[in-house]
Amino acid sequence: MIKLDSKVPEGNIAEKWTNHKFNMKLVNPANKRKFDIIVVGTGLAGASAAASLGELGYNVQAFTYHDSGRRAHSIAAQGGINAAKNYQNDGDSVFRLFYDTVKGGDFRSREANVYRLAEVSNNIIDQCVAQGVPFAREYGGLLDNRSFGGAQVSRTFYARGQTGQQLLLGAVSALNRQIGKGKVTLHTRREMLELVVIDGHARGIICRNLVTGEIEKYSAQAVVLATGGYSNVFFLSTNAMNSNATAAWRAHKKGAAFANPCYTQIHPTCLPLHGENQSKLPLMSESLRNDGRIWVPKKKGETRKANDIPEDERDYYLERKYPSFGNLSPRDISSRSAKEVCDEGRGIGGGEAVYLDFAEAIGRLGKNIIEERYGNLFDMYSTITGENPYQVPMKIYPAPHYTMGGLWVDYNLQSSIPGLFVLGEANFSDHGANRLGASALMQGLADGYFVAPYTVGNYLASEKPSRVDTDHVEFGNAVKEVDDKVKKLLSIHGKHTVDEIHKKLGRIMWNKVGMARNEKGLNEAINEIKELREDFWKNVNVVGQDKDLNQTLERAGRVADYLELGELMAVDALNRNESCGGHFREEYQTAEGEALRNDDDYAYVAAWEFQEVGKWQLHKENLEFENVKLATRSYK
Amino acid sequence: MSSENLNLTLKIWRQKSATSVGSFEEFKVSVSPDASILELLDEINNDLEREGKIPVAFESDCREGICGTCGLVINGHPHGKIPKIATCQLHMRNFKNSETIYIEPFRAKAFPVIKDLIVDRSGMDKILQSGGYISVNTGGVPDANEIPISKDVASRAMDAAECIGCGACVAACKNASAMLFVGAKVSQYSFLPQGQPERYQRVQSMVATMDEMGFGSCTNTYACEAECPKGISITNIARMNNDYIAAKIKSEAVDA
Repeated sequence: MIKLDSKVPEGNIAEKWTNHKFNMKLVNPANKRKFDIIVVGTGLAGASAAASLGELGYNVQAFTYHDSGRRAHSIAAQGGINAAKNYQNDGDSVFRLFYDTVKGGDFRSREANVYRLAEVSNNIIDQCVAQGVPFAREYGGLLDNRSFGGAQVSRTFYARGQTGQQLLLGAVSALNRQIGKGKVTLHTRREMLELVVIDGHARGIICRNLVTGEIEKYSAQAVVLATGGYSNVFFLSTNAMNSNATAAWRAHKKGAAFANPCYTQIHPTCLPLHGENQSKLPLMSESLRNDGRIWVPKKKGETRKANDIPEDERDYYLERKYPSFGNLSPRDISSRSAKEVCDEGRGIGGGEAVYLDFAEAIGRLGKNIIEERYGNLFDMYSTITGENPYQVPMKIYPAPHYTMGGLWVDYNLQSSIPGLFVLGEANFSDHGANRLGASALMQGLADGYFVAPYTVGNYLASEKPSRVDTDHVEFGNAVKEVDDKVKKLLSIHGKHTVDEIHKKLGRIMWNKVGMARNEKGLNEAINEIKELREDFWKNVNVVGQDKDLNQTLERAGRVADYLELGELMAVDALNRNESCGGHFREEYQTAEGEALRNDDDYAYVAAWEFQEVGKWQLHKENLEFENVKLATRSYK
Repeated sequence: MSSENLNLTLKIWRQKSATSVGSFEEFKVSVSPDASILELLDEINNDLEREGKIPVAFESDCREGICGTCGLVINGHPHGKIPKIATCQLHMRNFKNSETIYIEPFRAKAFPVIKDLIVDRSGMDKILQSGGYISVNTGGVPDANEIPISKDVASRAMDAAECIGCGACVAACKNASAMLFVGAKVSQYSFLPQGQPERYQRVQSMVATMDEMGFGSCTNTYACEAECPKGISITNIARMNNDYIAAKIKSEAVDA
C-alpha cells in the first residue's frame, strides 16, 4: 500500500531548494564510479540527466528505442523555452514565472516544485548557450526574447521555429561527449518492457532488442525514466509515431502511482483529419492566432467553398463569445469552442474542421507582412494540404498535444517506488491541470540538468544500494512476464490489425474522454474500453516472429498498455467532479460556460495505485497554496 | 483538398536481413492524393497484416520533417525529388495517376540494411561522439549574456545547426560521403565563440572517425546539397576543409 509523502522541504519557498541541496547527502567523488544508473529515454530530460550524471562520475546506461539519441520527440517543439532572466527589464522574476505557472496550471500543481522550476530556469539558458545552442540574438549580440502564450512579459528564448531541435541537439551533444569518454553507454533500438523491483527498490529493467528480438536484462542501483507523455492513447495526436506510455505503464503496474491521468492538453491549432489513413495531426504554431480569424458557417451542412460564403453568413465564434480575448483565447477554451460548433454540425463540410482566415489581415497589413511573419508556416501548410493559405482560409482542428498527468513523484522526482525517478513529461509534477506554452522544454531540462543529478545522488548516498546480479530471481520473473506477453500476442492470430484496434480506442477517447467530458460519457467509455481490451486479447492479429525486427509486435505491446491506461484516464476524469485546466466536465461550468473548479473538494493530486487490470486504489496528496492565492481564471 | 484517388504501382525493396539478398516487391494501390507516402506505406502494411503477411519494415517518427528518422529513396532521390522536404512530407498529390514508384532504402557502404527499408546509420553518431560537442559540464558556466554573439554569426551557426541528421547527403553522394553532415556540425561550432577552444582538435577527430566509419570523400558534385531536406549549404564542407588544413598548423595532431 502506497503512502504518499511529497517530501517538500520546510521553510520559505524561495529557500527550500537551496536548503535542500545543502541537506542532501553526497557521494564521495571516488565512490561515484561504484554506482550504476539506468536512464530510459534520450529526449531533453533523459539526455540531460544521463549526460550530467555521467559528468559527475556515475556509470550510466542510457536507453532509446530510436537509432540515435537525437530522434526523441523533444526535437519537434517549435516555440521556445521560458526563463526568468528579466533580460528585457519588463518586470519578470523567478517569483513571477512561478506565479504564472501555478496560475496557468489552474492551481493543481505543487507549489514547491514549480518554484524550483522557475528558479533553475535561468541556469538552463546559461547551460545551453555554453553548449553552443544558437538562440536568436539582437543586433547588439545579446539574446532575443519574445512573449509567448499570452504571457505579459517577454521571457521566451527561441531558435527560429526549431527551439526543441536545438535544445535537444545541445543535450545530446553533452550525452555524446560522455559516450565518447565511456562514462555513458547508449543502448539504441531497445524498448524497456519491464521494471525490476527487488525488496521494494527499483533495481533494473528488461528490454527488447528491437533488431534481434532478444530479451535483455540490465541491473543498476537506480533507474531514471524520462519516457515522455501518453497523447498517443488518442491514436491521432501531435506526438511522434513511436511516442508511447509503455515504460511508464509497466512501472505503474510494478507499484509506481500514476497521478492525474485525466489532465491532457488539446492544442487548438492543428491540421484536421483528411481521411481514415491519416497517421498524425501536425501542429501549426499558435502564433497564427495573432492575425488569423477563426470562423465557421452559420448554417448547418454548408456546402459552398469558404470564399463563396458571404461575411454575414459567417460565425466568428471566439470573437462573439469572448470579445476581449477573441481569437487569442487560451488553448482549452479555443479547443472546446471548436468542438462545440462542429458538434452542432457547422464544421467545414459538416465535418471536424474550422477556418483560420487571414484575408482580413492580408487586407490590413499587406501580403508581405503576413509572409514575413508566417511564411514558413504557410509553406508548411501548403506542402501538407496542397492549398494556398494566402488565397483560401486554413482549415484547423484541435488535437491532443501534451499530457500533464504522469507517474507521481515527490519533491526529489522519486516515484512511489524507491530508486525509481521520473523526469520530464513522464512525471506529473509541474504543470498542474494545464501547461503554459514554452514550459515543457524548461521542465525537461530542469529535471535532467539541475534536479535529478542532486536527488539521485542523495538516494544513492542514503541507501547505499549494492550491485545486484541479473541472475537474481526477480530478473528471471520479469523476463518471464515479458516473454509470456510476447508469446501471447503472437499466438492470437485474430482478425483485427493492431492499428484498427488502436483507432477504435482513439475514437472512444476522443469522443468521451477528450475536450469535454460528462458522467454518462465517461461511464460508457469505461465499458467500451473494457470491451475493446477483451476484443484485443481475443482477436488481434500480430504477424511475424519474436526473434526478429517486428514493428507490429512493438505497436501491439504499446496498444495493450493504452487499453489499460485509457480506462484509468476515464476513471480519473469521472472521479474529478470539477472542471480545471485541460479537464472540462460539462456538469461543472459557470452560466457563461467557463470551467468551474471545486477547490474545497478537489485541490488534490489524484495518485492511482494499480491493483489489477481495471482496478485501482485512489490516494490523495492535498495541495496547499501558501504563496499564490487561489483564484478563478477569467478570459471574458 | 483533392478527392480522386490515384492508382499507382509501387515497387518496394524487400530484404529480410543485412546478409540476405533483397529484391523489389510490386504492389498495386489506390490512394488519396492527400495521404503522405508514409501513410500509403501504413495502408499497405495494414492490408498485409490483415492477410497475415509480413509488413514492410520502414522507420519514421515525428512525421513533421524534423526528427530525421524517415529516409527513403523514392524514384532515385533521397526523400523524393521535391526539394527541401523529408520523406514524411512527401504527399501523393505530387504523383500522377498510373505512375510507377520505386521505393528503396538509403544505399551506402556505411549504412548497411537492417531489414527492408531500414538501414543502420549509427556511423553518423560515432562521428558526433568523437568530437561533435563543446566540452562543458553541467553548471559552472557564465551568464548567457556574457557571451555576446552578433546576430549574423548566430544566424549562420543556426543555418548549419538545422541539419536533422537523416543521412540523405550520404545516400545522394556517389562516394557516400558524410562531409555535408560533418561540415555542418563543424561549422556550427566554428562560427561561435564557445566553439573556438576546441576548434582544431574537433575537426581532426571528427574527420578521422568519418574516414574510419567507411564514409567516402567529397568530389564536389553538390548532390548532397540538392537532396538535403534542410538545404544545408556545401560551403560548410569548404569551411570544414579550411579548418582541417589550418589544424595542421595551429593545433597538435589528434590521434583517432
